[in-house]
Amino acid sequence: MNTLFDKIWDKHVVQIVEDGPTQLYIDRLYCHEVTSPQAFDGLRSRGLKCLRPQQIYCMPDHNTPTHDQDKPIVDPVSKKQVDTLAKNCEEFGLTHYGMLSPDNGIIHVVGPEKGLTLPGMTIVCGDSHTSTHGAVGAVAFGIGTSEVEMVMASQCILQQKPKSMRITINGKLGKGVVAKDVALYLMSKLTTSGATGYFVEYAGEVIENMSMEGRLTLCNLSIEMGARGGFIAPDNITFEYIKGKEFAPKGDEWDKAVEYWKTLRSGDDAVFDKELVFDGNDIEPRVTYGTNPGMGIGISESIPELQSIDEAGQASFSKSLSYMGFNAGEKLLGKPIDYVFLGACTNGRIEDFRAFASVVKGHKKADNVTAWLVPGSWAVDRQIRQEGLDIILQEAGFAIRQPGCSACLAMNDDKIPAGKYCVSTSNRNFEGRQGPGSRTILASPLVAAAAAITGVISDPRQFL
Amino acid sequence: MKQKFDVITSTCIPLPLENVDTDQIIPARFLKATDKKGFGENLFRDWRYNKDGSLKPDFVLNDPSYSGVILVAGKNFGSGSSREHAAWAIAGYGFRVVISSFFADIHKNNELNNFVLPVVVSEEFLQQLFASIAADHKTEVEVNLPAQTVTNKATGATEHFEINAYKKHCLINGLDDIDFLLENKDKIEAWEQQNK
Repeated sequence: MNTLFDKIWDKHVVQIVEDGPTQLYIDRLYCHEVTSPQAFDGLRSRGLKCLRPQQIYCMPDHNTPTHDQDKPIVDPVSKKQVDTLAKNCEEFGLTHYGMLSPDNGIIHVVGPEKGLTLPGMTIVCGDSHTSTHGAVGAVAFGIGTSEVEMVMASQCILQQKPKSMRITINGKLGKGVVAKDVALYLMSKLTTSGATGYFVEYAGEVIENMSMEGRLTLCNLSIEMGARGGFIAPDNITFEYIKGKEFAPKGDEWDKAVEYWKTLRSGDDAVFDKELVFDGNDIEPRVTYGTNPGMGIGISESIPELQSIDEAGQASFSKSLSYMGFNAGEKLLGKPIDYVFLGACTNGRIEDFRAFASVVKGHKKADNVTAWLVPGSWAVDRQIRQEGLDIILQEAGFAIRQPGCSACLAMNDDKIPAGKYCVSTSNRNFEGRQGPGSRTILASPLVAAAAAITGVISDPRQFL
Repeated sequence: MKQKFDVITSTCIPLPLENVDTDQIIPARFLKATDKKGFGENLFRDWRYNKDGSLKPDFVLNDPSYSGVILVAGKNFGSGSSREHAAWAIAGYGFRVVISSFFADIHKNNELNNFVLPVVVSEEFLQQLFASIAADHKTEVEVNLPAQTVTNKATGATEHFEINAYKKHCLINGLDDIDFLLENKDKIEAWEQQNK
């Protein structure tokens, strides 16, 4: 009771269906090309329009190639999906940031950077990483395509109210430990289902001192613990980040908005369904060894032994290690790798590129490594060039590609070949996620950069 | 897609693995369709087929001794991506019910919105059911939605399962959420008036 989640959720309740779900009003719907076409089809077959087209923003990101975006997409099926979104937006009167538009990028990068994502909002998208937007203090969650259609038709969604959890992280993060490591640490503590059924509020000293980009990364990964969403109460870091953005309130409206946003905090008497407390000093740079994001270790640690896994989970654990080509009990430090991927809605923001550049500066990319550096949006790309990071990266042997989801889920050409290892700043290490047979090791931009210049899994702290 | 539900009695297809994510149910490269057709053919694609398109004989869907419209899976089924294509693939293959001890949130809603019933049972019931199916591949399960019960016919064990009354009504009567929301447009406008 009296949690920030309750405050935002309850304000948006249109009605509670008897013995059923809540009808929740949605302030913002984001759509990309993969999970929307069938929703538009549904509207057409029912003869419906979008109820509030001005609250819907669309852009292609999953299929977009990361090179030669000025040329037609070669894969005809990808091209059709991207073209279908453009056509649907025109037909239904929705804002569309198409490929090569200076506003295009990964939807979860673009929303916050344009000020479309604001504190106190309810935000949904047909994409599980919609949780990202919680970083500014919004209730944001991923939905299926039927639910996308529901929101298009009614600007509402029917949902059971989730339970609330607060995760407090006290203390300070050590050198080379960043938001991604915090998230990977939480996933391995909670497992990929530990927060299922909950909305998570992140709090504590570590969070208060975390940059907006870091908060976006942390909230992005809430779904990987099973949580529907995760969010952080807005504070001065949030307001500074939003101020001046294209869609942020201006003038008197801004002052009024900030006044309201300052009330968006859990009360001192707030009661959560579950509370967990961790110490930031316990976290070191992390890597995953298995095929779900909860299968992770500190970079100096060893993969667990089979006996330490509960019986019902042993078959999945063994299948996972055999897929990855690793053995129980061994360390990952020093293992050779083949690819490095910097990007995705998880780590495709300016701070991630700054972190990567800080490690590789003055070094050279290892010869055995293919590196794909993919900004999350054109705005990130412009910032990279403005700060001269492109020069540092180029001197170290790295090229910058064009924005999109890219090798996070390999719907475009950026596929990791079967059997190859990729140290990836993305969000999922599932079997085949980065291409059939690909082997993903999830890590922070710092760990990815250290691997890129050494050619093996390395502790980034030696380069800082 | 709108199939009415009542009592379903069927043999089962067992998948005794935990944390089966939606990338395994339907890999991303098969998400490029702009309609809902044909996803069943690629259900569990990379577990089911070799790279050259030939069948992997060890995978349960390729074992002719198993059949039925009920999928039985280990805990945390449907984790990861929100892709509803996973539910379309499950429904498209012909499954009507998925039984597990735990479902990921978004996938569970996606199944319900496609008239596939997710049935949550205890871990003990699930493990017993896996054992019954392993002993006799023709083991039947009865899923009774009106009574909200699931019965392992081999052992006679029965459990009650939860579903909210609204969703149960929708499934039994073949209604979906949009039908409901459209009837409530005045309430939506009233909310907007009050909050804008």
